[in-house]
Amino acid sequence: MRIGLDVGSTTLKCVVYDNDGQLVFHAYERHYSQIAEKAASMLQNACAQRPGLHRAALCISGSAGMGLAEDLEIPFVQEVYATRTAVKRWVPSADVVIELGGEDAKILFLSGAMEVRMNGSCAGGTGAFIDQMATLLNITPDELGRIAEESERTYSIASRCGVFAKSDIQALLNQGAQKNDIAASILTAVVNQTVAGLAQGREISGSVVYLGGPLTFLPQLRNAFDRILGVKGLCPENSLYFVAMGAAFSETAEEFSLEEVIEKISHYSSHGRYQSSEALFADQDEYREFQERHQRDQVRTDAPLLPGNIAYVGVDAGSTTVKAVAINENEEIVFSEYLPNSGNPVPLVRDFLSRLYEKFPGIHIRSSASTGYGEEIIKSAFSLDLGVVETIAHFTAAKKFDPQVDFIIDIGGQDIKCFKVKNGAIDNIFLNEACSSGCGSFLQTFAGALGFEMSEFSKLGLFAENPVDLGSRCTVFMNSAVKQAQKDGASLENISAGLSISVVKNALYKVIRVTDAKALGQHIVVQGGTFLNDAVLRAFEKEIGHNATRPSISGLMGAYGAALYSKERAHWEESSIAAARDLAFFSHQVSSVTCSGCENHCRLTVNTFAGGKKYIAGNRCDKPLAKKSSAVSYNLYDYKKQLLDSYENCTGKRGRIGIPMGLNLFELYPFWYTFFTSLGFGVFHSPPSDRKLYFEGQHTIPSDTVCYPAKLMHGHIEALLKEKPDAIFYPCMSYNLDESLGDNHYNCPVVAYYPEVLDANIAALSNTKFIYSYVGLHRPKDFPKKMHGILSEYFPGISLPEIKKAASLAYEEYYAHMKRIRDKGKEYLALAKKENLPVIILSGRPYHLDPEINHGIDRLICQCGAMVISEDAVSDQLQKFPTKVLNQWTYHARLYAAAKYVAQSGDPRINLVQLVSFGCGVDAITGDEVRSILEEKDRIYTQIKIDEITNLGAVRIRLRSLFAALNLGAEAV
Amino acid sequence: MANKTPQVEFTKEMKKDYTIITPNMAPIHFELIKNVLQSFGYHVDLLHTTGREIVDEGLKYVHNDTCYPALLSIGQMMHALHSGKYDLHKVALVMTQTGGGCRASNYIHLLRKALKKDGLDFIPVISINLSGLEKNSGFKITLPLLRRALAALTYGDLLMLLKNQTKPYELHSGESDQLVRSWVEKLTMLFEKGRAFSQREVRSYFDEIARSFSQVPTEHRDTLKVGVVGEIYVKYSPLANNDLEQFLFEQGCEVMVPGIMGFMIFKVDNRLEDIALYGGNPAKKQLCTVLKAYFTKFETDLIEAVKKYPQFTAPAPYTHLKELAKRVIGPGCKMGEGWLLTAEMMELIESSYENVVCTQPFGCLPNHIVGKGMIRKVRELLPNANIVPIDYDPSATRVNQENRIKLMLAVAGEKKREAQKNQESA
Repeated sequence: MRIGLDVGSTTLKCVVYDNDGQLVFHAYERHYSQIAEKAASMLQNACAQRPGLHRAALCISGSAGMGLAEDLEIPFVQEVYATRTAVKRWVPSADVVIELGGEDAKILFLSGAMEVRMNGSCAGGTGAFIDQMATLLNITPDELGRIAEESERTYSIASRCGVFAKSDIQALLNQGAQKNDIAASILTAVVNQTVAGLAQGREISGSVVYLGGPLTFLPQLRNAFDRILGVKGLCPENSLYFVAMGAAFSETAEEFSLEEVIEKISHYSSHGRYQSSEALFADQDEYREFQERHQRDQVRTDAPLLPGNIAYVGVDAGSTTVKAVAINENEEIVFSEYLPNSGNPVPLVRDFLSRLYEKFPGIHIRSSASTGYGEEIIKSAFSLDLGVVETIAHFTAAKKFDPQVDFIIDIGGQDIKCFKVKNGAIDNIFLNEACSSGCGSFLQTFAGALGFEMSEFSKLGLFAENPVDLGSRCTVFMNSAVKQAQKDGASLENISAGLSISVVKNALYKVIRVTDAKALGQHIVVQGGTFLNDAVLRAFEKEIGHNATRPSISGLMGAYGAALYSKERAHWEESSIAAARDLAFFSHQVSSVTCSGCENHCRLTVNTFAGGKKYIAGNRCDKPLAKKSSAVSYNLYDYKKQLLDSYENCTGKRGRIGIPMGLNLFELYPFWYTFFTSLGFGVFHSPPSDRKLYFEGQHTIPSDTVCYPAKLMHGHIEALLKEKPDAIFYPCMSYNLDESLGDNHYNCPVVAYYPEVLDANIAALSNTKFIYSYVGLHRPKDFPKKMHGILSEYFPGISLPEIKKAASLAYEEYYAHMKRIRDKGKEYLALAKKENLPVIILSGRPYHLDPEINHGIDRLICQCGAMVISEDAVSDQLQKFPTKVLNQWTYHARLYAAAKYVAQSGDPRINLVQLVSFGCGVDAITGDEVRSILEEKDRIYTQIKIDEITNLGAVRIRLRSLFAALNLGAEAV
Repeated sequence: MANKTPQVEFTKEMKKDYTIITPNMAPIHFELIKNVLQSFGYHVDLLHTTGREIVDEGLKYVHNDTCYPALLSIGQMMHALHSGKYDLHKVALVMTQTGGGCRASNYIHLLRKALKKDGLDFIPVISINLSGLEKNSGFKITLPLLRRALAALTYGDLLMLLKNQTKPYELHSGESDQLVRSWVEKLTMLFEKGRAFSQREVRSYFDEIARSFSQVPTEHRDTLKVGVVGEIYVKYSPLANNDLEQFLFEQGCEVMVPGIMGFMIFKVDNRLEDIALYGGNPAKKQLCTVLKAYFTKFETDLIEAVKKYPQFTAPAPYTHLKELAKRVIGPGCKMGEGWLLTAEMMELIESSYENVVCTQPFGCLPNHIVGKGMIRKVRELLPNANIVPIDYDPSATRVNQENRIKLMLAVAGEKKREAQKNQESA
């Protein structure tokens, strides 16, 4: 007899084989972290069903089984290896195995050089990811699969990690996209993630086998894999049990007496080895004092209307909930609702208004405002008077509870927002970067996975004695930290408390990045649904070392603030809000179209409301909208793009050279174009980046955590290869040109050496001349001779004098190009001064010019009524100055110079926004330095992290808050 | 590059009674270096602290996206400052600076920022670098000091190498570790007397060390041979790599971790390579050539000492590594560990350490290129390669890392069994 036990991250599987190799028992169950109990009872069941079963060869496998196996001295086999053993035995013809589990994704290449790949620290593209997404859509994962079948189109959803995907999906939902289309898009995202993250340059072909829960339960997911990979995969019988089956037949299995093993396992318990923190509450008394204290911060929620029946309505259409309130002239709440938003906020608000009108037939609404992710759609659907950016709404509400408020922190469904208040105005805003969002909903998903409601789950932790220390990192990574804690035997109570503490630490150390939590402020107001959990609030107070104010309507603050805001600004008598009779005829239809206004081809969602009113979403610019942007936009990013476009693709007698338009070539293209054309080559560049181009190259990306601009290079090379050029030119460059702004003039390692990665991973490149030699433009005198050496390997017969001439023309053109940019910058700045326009120095790297990388943030700023200038257009106006970091990269020295320029300008209308690509390690250093240069002169630092995400909602909030804080052009949006 | 004096200088006065707090990286090497420094009159306290508190201190003071090595070393020092063990007005800190194009040259500035956040910016921070990035009047890397430090590093390389090749087979558990300890003590005593530094003495002690390890009673055991490469800090530091060497040892592996001397030669050689690639001043070339030759002598002596005992595998010389690297990557790729990391993987595979753990801090920029970026090409050339890249950062959990390493080991075990079968049938 043989037994295999597979202890996965969320489930437990067991198989029993008799001596003839027949499967005689199998079981599959979620273990809700109670691994020992469930495992023991599963084995007991097996024994009960097979009365003769007393001794068997046993082996454990699975990511959560290692600790159990080690401590009980039962043989353990790594789960991928177990899978392989099983596949060899039962599906010997398989070439590739794709196995998705709760938190793991694996690919095994069996034929040829055997390789096994597992997902890294990123949990995207796994069962947990699908569960999370299904929760967001308020359906089960099975339903998700089913409705995906009826989809008509797919949207691009970031699949790199759950948090990104969530914001994409939320935006789609708020824009009214159809659920079945979203479901199909989620499955496609899973496939893309698996291919991008795991295949890493190796083609998936031949006989493919699908294993694991998600692929077993969701036939549509298998179809998605089939479609994208162009294969017909097989999902074998018992596809859930392959790990367990492999364990049963593992060479390491040893024979045990089952009675003894069961006895051992059932007595296996925690030994509290994990790192723990202090308990949240020492005892009931402490908890009682806490509760009483927080009951003081009340506002009435059942007030009557006052004579005149005047009311103000505020709606906060948040990411996972819709909050709506109506208040009277005394600013007391007469009616409110807090509704889970399972996708479309429009019907929720319609029902809210209907109920409001029903309860107060004589109500006279004077003013109304919306805020949150769904601000715009709600405003247009119901003709509200005002829209207000969330940060301002929350500040308005917080002042009501503590007029001296100096710090507000709001942890909502998937956002953390916090801001400092100085002299009655918002001074500094921290929104979570894309990578650490999702705190509230993470707690919720986690509670769900363990079989609890969030509030119930959170309560478990209140009196936990040794909360697990889960650290303060992006919540997605907490999955594995929890797994570790489970392995170490942490109880549910301690995990619950640990998660509450982590959410708080995340907010403090990851988002706000405080050194001393005790110095945040003296009057701190906390809000947002997540703080409704006493455990979270308590963890926060413990961490900051003093008490905070939690308004009784903590979850409603955004809506309440919007209502107050609308009251403040009501210089009219009657709101334009949809009246009771309008609601009766209210209709809402959604359709999708592809905009053909420009090369972006945005997928637009068109919402049509009763009376033909429209709300369009998904656009990156104003083109498809009826309203034309009022002002002419001054956008240096556009100008730089025009300059690059002026180098037209051409042919030449010596052959045609293709250059990928990415990374540093966004700046050096004029140089190389001139250099090669004057040598008699034709030169062309790859097409503009877009998602399609990215996907075409993603299968050769070897490191899934490198920045998006680098990842795009794979697509650019593929595009160039299609054109069959005589050579592709993309040199390695340790050094950049020296602009004398820093101590050295390096490129960052990725920019410097990415051509090496392309050469090593794109097999097709070996059939083309790929010139990626090391080139030093920083030594103009040595350059021609060195370049002559390089080129003669590929194109013999080019003379040194020819190269000397081409080089001098190339340098000349490069400097002329930079001068054009700088001159234009000066021209714009002078104009801004004259016309009193706000200016944003949008600072990044040359490649942030790419609209696929910057997602149109430059245009968004122009829409806010500001002028956009690039960092390289002002950096030449400064001399080298001392910095607190080693200033050794050319591009980064420009950032410091641009910051200095803003700080020295003394002009409050000139501000800096830094674009940072996700995964850019260098910007961890530059970001802090740019901030400190600005803050020395009391200027606001704004950083926007960008990745594959296409959702601009959060960025818009960021920018609008900035403009609001600066008191500049805030109403322009 | 301009020579800069740091914000707070470490003066000659301070040398008398200040304690220099040093973060740890490679335990054996740093212990020896510490002793060298002490023989020059510095009061050095090498930190041996571990645990979650170090990470937490780091997270508090360093940008969370900064590489793990910075976070840990700074965390370790801040933790020490907060321990109450030291008179804060009588301590200095130390940090290395390589001057390369990766983030590591900025650690020292991040440390100063961390001190400032805490109002401790009166504490001097000494930069240890060979590029003249910063200078301190009270801390000078003089030629005698440099010579001794280099000797100490090579002793460290040798002890680490021999220990790793003896420990899995020792009859009496703990004997190799004990031998390392006794050698560290002995060398320290010799250092204090100003001995064991000269080329002649180094050579004879190398021999003696190799002989002593060859005399440890051993027996044949079936082990898997595993090489470890990676970002230099994570590769060596047990604090950063969750005690990787020990873990592999417990899994029945024999471990090979390439030494530090190769990295030193690499850094000097980069100057020469720059001149070859981009042109430059021949005078600078001369100095670097001399330095490189000097470093290489140590390497040669080490290899010769090990080679006398056939039971030990000696590392390949730098020149061979460079030749290997050129088959897959340009010698101009020099930031961080640069092409050396790729070459080390290849060299390990060549010398029968086919199973390789490639360690890197999460999001380490150079490693996107020379680590993960090159694995495909290395496998193409050396099909028996069995490489697993492992990321380390404050949130990466041990269970995940060990799980992935175990997978690599399972494949390794199978390959070995197959090879044995083939041998038997042939």
